[in-house]
Amino acid sequence: MELTGAEITIRCLQEEGVEYVFGYPGGAVLFIYDELFKQETVKHVLVRHEQAAVHAADGYARSTDKVGVALVTSGPGVTNAVTGIATAYMDSIPMVVISGQVPTSFIGEDAFQEVDAVGITRPCVKHNFLVKDVKDLASTLKKAFYLAKSGRPGPVLVDIPKDVSNTKTAFEYPSTVNIRSYHPQVAGDANLIKQAAQMLLEAKRPMVYAGGGVILSDAAKQLTDLVRLIDAPCTNTLMGLGGYPASDKQFVGMLGMHGTYEANMGMQNCDVLLAVGARFDDRVIGNVAHFNSVPRKIIHLDIDPASISKRVKVDVPLVGDVANVLGELIKVLKSSKQKPDAAAHKDWWKQIDEWRGANSLVYKNSSELIKPQFVIETLHKITRGDAYVASDVGQHQMWAAQYYKFDQPRRWINSGGLGTMGFGLPAAMGVQLAHPDATVACVTGEGSIQMNIQELSTCKQFNLPIKIIALNNRYLGMVRQWQEFFHGNRYSQSYMDALPDFVKVAEAYGHVGILVEKPSDVEGALQEAFARKDELVFLDFRTDSTENVYPMVPGGRGLSEVILAEDL
Amino acid sequence: MRHIISLLMANEAGALSRVSGLFSARGYNIESLTVAPTEDATLSRMTIVTSGSDEVIEQINKQLNKLVDVVSVMDLSDGDHIERELMLVKVRAEGADREELKRMSDIFRGRVIDVSDKTYTIELTGAGSKLDSFLQAIDRKLILETVRTGASGIGRGERILKI
Repeated sequence: MELTGAEITIRCLQEEGVEYVFGYPGGAVLFIYDELFKQETVKHVLVRHEQAAVHAADGYARSTDKVGVALVTSGPGVTNAVTGIATAYMDSIPMVVISGQVPTSFIGEDAFQEVDAVGITRPCVKHNFLVKDVKDLASTLKKAFYLAKSGRPGPVLVDIPKDVSNTKTAFEYPSTVNIRSYHPQVAGDANLIKQAAQMLLEAKRPMVYAGGGVILSDAAKQLTDLVRLIDAPCTNTLMGLGGYPASDKQFVGMLGMHGTYEANMGMQNCDVLLAVGARFDDRVIGNVAHFNSVPRKIIHLDIDPASISKRVKVDVPLVGDVANVLGELIKVLKSSKQKPDAAAHKDWWKQIDEWRGANSLVYKNSSELIKPQFVIETLHKITRGDAYVASDVGQHQMWAAQYYKFDQPRRWINSGGLGTMGFGLPAAMGVQLAHPDATVACVTGEGSIQMNIQELSTCKQFNLPIKIIALNNRYLGMVRQWQEFFHGNRYSQSYMDALPDFVKVAEAYGHVGILVEKPSDVEGALQEAFARKDELVFLDFRTDSTENVYPMVPGGRGLSEVILAEDL
Repeated sequence: MRHIISLLMANEAGALSRVSGLFSARGYNIESLTVAPTEDATLSRMTIVTSGSDEVIEQINKQLNKLVDVVSVMDLSDGDHIERELMLVKVRAEGADREELKRMSDIFRGRVIDVSDKTYTIELTGAGSKLDSFLQAIDRKLILETVRTGASGIGRGERILKI
């Protein structure tokens, strides 16, 4: 039977088991929207801005192990989507973005709502396609889903001209994909795995540093088993939180610019470092030369060979799927007669405990001003650590990462690589749709929330009972903090004047808003909000406006050159 | 250090810009880049001359391999290889210079492929350094135009870049 390109597009989504498409209609995608209308399998979520469509698809993907799907029109539809696509690209999130394009005969003529979608997204997609012939549509969409999910995941854009969506051809969805130039390595090299195991067994001061790759590969269990087996302290990156249970005694907290003292000192002083699904980025290891100034052996496991030895030279490169290779590594370790060096480890743990003693996450609570850290700690308590927490970007993001102790993977949803303000609320929508019965909190600030606040409307339309935890300090807090530390207290454009009344904003969109101004009201307000199971509640916490995030390793400094709250 | 990298990629629209975009986005040098179809119509072969530290060259190779359109990559500088570049030079050829330019062209095994009353166009093939030498050997004032293809390279003997 012959189907139009639009029908084929929907059929392909059905074949892929797509549950939700996040999108916004427009001229170039009218045929596709018409086909969406005629069926019920694939549900469409109408956002209020294309950036939010992509973030919502992203949140959906991060909180499940599925591919997120967004649908946007040509021109401004695509350009609005770019920030979302770049966000997903930086964090390796599996996603397919379908964009409409002007008809093929108009391409290149500066037609109405024409933009070179493939060109404009090229640097921030894993791959992209312009489908010029409807005969290629089904196979292209198949490839798009395969590329998005396999290997190191990432967003894939498929640009479909309007005439292609309205041309008929025979439809058959390919059952397999073969891209001759694309064969991601899944299994690790057995010899290198043996070498790594030996190195770990001989370590006197081992350390495990695990990132987002653990989450993406669904390898939290393997990671936990391995860390216990080798008796090493484990730290997570911002992207890796939940990959190792935060409440476990071997967990030393997040590392990096705002990481704990024990995690950063452990990184700097270990003799064998196992890096898993992480990429030694600048916010994680600070100054590379400083990091390299002490000798240590590094084993680096990542599915992307280009991530290995990119910033830091490693001794044992392990290319492969994190879950697969960790599984193999565990087998080798278990079969070895050698056991970890108990005496040396005892000293190492003593040292780690000394660093823990610095109590680097301590803050002074107040009965006058609401401390943002206190709000997050109370949020953790009220939700019993069991919520999905989607975050925006800034100080509140760091506090959420530090004080909400994630014990499970895929619960912490944040824009780590690109650092996209405006990510939180739409991402939370994707999470809530994927997990309709789960508790979903969006931790945000008064700056970030305003970057996609229009999505409160989407939340109303689709009955998404997200709890918005706005840490409102009237400043672009992270900018203000840097200005205080490094720019002589000159708060250039970091003060937010003329803020809206967020309670009224929430109410205007048909939600519940609660203003919280006193520390003694924090817990009660959170309890009330989470008791409203079926409603979106916007909690506007007026927090201490000058609170800073500690510890802090200033940009360009080494991991042990940290500023602690008590130093000031 | 200078490296000459050869790669096979899908002969598809936009493939070239993925490679050139990668180099500009990551700040890698491109000294020259040539690309043309191969005997297999689905494949193009590209030769890139670049330079950088060992670490940068390793990253370039890895990043190229990561591009979905790139089928295989070979750093020709890792082993024995041959490289050739074609240059066309148009020179002012009048009076005594006419004879001198012909003589220099012969010495460098060039060929005069277009002649007019006042000009010669000389074709020259060889390694880039040979072409440079030719340009230095003739009177600079006489050079009207030069056009160079950039290097193409191939491994020696059994060093073969195939799928």
